[in-house]
Amino acid sequence: MVVFSRNPVNSVLYLVLTFFCIAGHYLIMNAQFLAVVHIAVYAGAIMVLFLFVIMLMNLNQESEPQKSPLLKLIAGVAGGLFLFVMVGALKGTEQINLTQYGHSDIGLVSNLGKVLFKEFLFPFEIVSVLLLSALVGAIMLGKKEIK
Amino acid sequence: MINGISINMYLMLSTILFIIGAVGVMARRNTIILFMCIELMLNAVNLLMVAFSTLHNDSNGQVFVFFIMAVAAAEVAVGLAILSMIYRNIKSIDTDLLTKLKN
Repeated sequence: MVVFSRNPVNSVLYLVLTFFCIAGHYLIMNAQFLAVVHIAVYAGAIMVLFLFVIMLMNLNQESEPQKSPLLKLIAGVAGGLFLFVMVGALKGTEQINLTQYGHSDIGLVSNLGKVLFKEFLFPFEIVSVLLLSALVGAIMLGKKEIK
Repeated sequence: MINGISINMYLMLSTILFIIGAVGVMARRNTIILFMCIELMLNAVNLLMVAFSTLHNDSNGQVFVFFIMAVAAAEVAVGLAILSMIYRNIKSIDTDLLTKLKN
């Protein structure tokens, strides 16, 4: 649905639906905090950004240029072959039941915070610098030409 | 909690999501939809990482998912800024028209 709808706004809405489904899977797997963060970041921030850009560019008409059918066919065949290879590779793996290992407080805020600030402190700082540089870069790219 | 979900189902689901994203990148010409497909592929990886984190009862996978989310947010912000600049210059976001680096 994300791929095949002609209108980009419909595509964004289907993608939001997909993200809510993924957040539901996170809840099933006892990753509560991650589910909340996922909804807030993806459905809240990123999708609003997409919708804003689509509205800004006035792209919500259906007159978008399409690739030739041959290229679409090639893409479909390549995706199908990839799916076939992956399913074939994963079919023989051992069936391990997920929830019998589940331990309910691993995804809570306190445990994740402890791990994040004890073992991953340096990557955390790097990510903050990355976000800052992305912010500055987006503002620099988004503004008008510098005289 | 729901019982009986094996890790294989999450492997399959994640593979299918990734392939939908990859086919979208290959088959479409709209740059915004290309970005959305990239998000879809990143989310497939995130889902698999949370699944294995739950399986091994280890928080490190979920912390990595945080980092992937931060990188995805940065990528989308910069990408959409570049996209709006391109649109301001050539009035289109068709990928096949972006074949020249200089005008």
